[in-house]
Amino acid sequence: MPDSTLILDAKAMERALTRIAHEIAERNENSAEVALVGIHRGGVFLARRLAGILSGIWSQPVPVGTVDVGMHRDDLDRQPAPTLQPTMIPFDVTGKTVILVDDVLFSGRTARAALDALADFGRARRIQLAVLIDRGHRELPIKPDFVGKNVPTALNERIRVCFREEAAADSVTLEKRPSA
Amino acid sequence: MSWNRKHLLDIQSLSADEIVTVLDTARAFKAVGERAIKKVPALRGKTVVNLFVEPSTRTRISFELAAQRLTADIINFSAEASSLKKGETLKDTARNLEALNADIIVMRHSASGAPHFLARFLHASVVNAGDGAHEHPTQALLDAFTIREKKGKIAGLNVTILGDILYSRVARSNIWALTKLGANVTLCGPSTLVPKVFEKMGCRVTYNVEEAIAEADIINLLRIQHERQRKTMFPSIGEYTSLFGLTAARLARTKPEALIMHPGPINRGVEIDSQIADSVRSVILDQVTNGLAVRMAVLFLINGGKGPQEVAA
Repeated sequence: MPDSTLILDAKAMERALTRIAHEIAERNENSAEVALVGIHRGGVFLARRLAGILSGIWSQPVPVGTVDVGMHRDDLDRQPAPTLQPTMIPFDVTGKTVILVDDVLFSGRTARAALDALADFGRARRIQLAVLIDRGHRELPIKPDFVGKNVPTALNERIRVCFREEAAADSVTLEKRPSA
Repeated sequence: MSWNRKHLLDIQSLSADEIVTVLDTARAFKAVGERAIKKVPALRGKTVVNLFVEPSTRTRISFELAAQRLTADIINFSAEASSLKKGETLKDTARNLEALNADIIVMRHSASGAPHFLARFLHASVVNAGDGAHEHPTQALLDAFTIREKKGKIAGLNVTILGDILYSRVARSNIWALTKLGANVTLCGPSTLVPKVFEKMGCRVTYNVEEAIAEADIINLLRIQHERQRKTMFPSIGEYTSLFGLTAARLARTKPEALIMHPGPINRGVEIDSQIADSVRSVILDQVTNGLAVRMAVLFLINGGKGPQEVAA
């Protein structure tokens, strides 16, 4: 049984998302050109919730797409093929400010793959990165623009994010894995 | 969901879960084909060889485009122009291709079991693109994908396969795939081409075409494989059409939502009435589109990291 510490409960997660949404609104005055793209799986839930909050702030719908980075990973021949979900970008990326959304930022390799995947859909005006948790240990020059919570971690720890869409309630926990 | 196989040799040895994994993965690749840029870097730097010892156009082109859309390099190797004509054995040909560092060999061969034979001694992955009358796994996967896409499910559907079953690898692979996924499969055709022994594969055999298609949700028509028949299996093409061809009159007695499938190439006016082939009931061209997505999924999955391998000398 791994040790686990609660990082965010449902209310704290909601507050973090509300704050990120307001920061996005502050940074992007031209609301009409903002679109969100969630990275499968957790990022998709978060992108939909952020879009809900932002459409309230701006009084207009905010387009949401989803991206699966599985076809763009850099470790495809090192492990079994990942499960893929369709990438769906139901708007023209060209000229938009696209905000990539993910639950946990770690090595940065997923964000790198998502940038590559997004490039095939058009030339975005700019791309920003929003994450619920930044746990450090970057292996690529990637920096988030919006962060829910910075959580210093050890490499043998893992961040577990549960969403009310598929679990009992929202929560973020830090779990210690027995050292191998 | 998981996929740990190095090769795709047949449907018979796959589990229902593995089949569903291919179909789910193919959904993602179908979306790639609908974009302006229809290419992903998943197989960048890999080499795929189309080793077609038996002629084929549509399957070869489908695999070729699938490999290209995954950013793999692909070379085509056909029997007519190859050293196999000069007496080289299949094993030596394959070893030569492997010496060029081919990662995946897609093979069609007139001998049943030829891809299984290659898989025993090659380090490369092998994909069966049709071996004799044995199996054509990617055809069955694309048929299952098309059924699931159009009907939303496979379990519980009535699927009738009509035509030359005996000489058809498409029929065998489809029977394995569809029964594993819970469909009720009925086979129909001339008794010389639909032996009762197929019932052992878990399907129903009938020689009454009206009865076979009356309750069908899917009618999959097969071409007569003249090239494999060593003797006359029925009196004439005309008689086949009148007894088993899908005519407008027969279609009128099927369920209105029943869909017509055909692996191609179709023989208009023989197994299928020309107008039916072009009607809204026909999903024949959807099968072609889906075939590309399914083959991308197969190449993607077998390219996944490989565990310890056993390779015979």
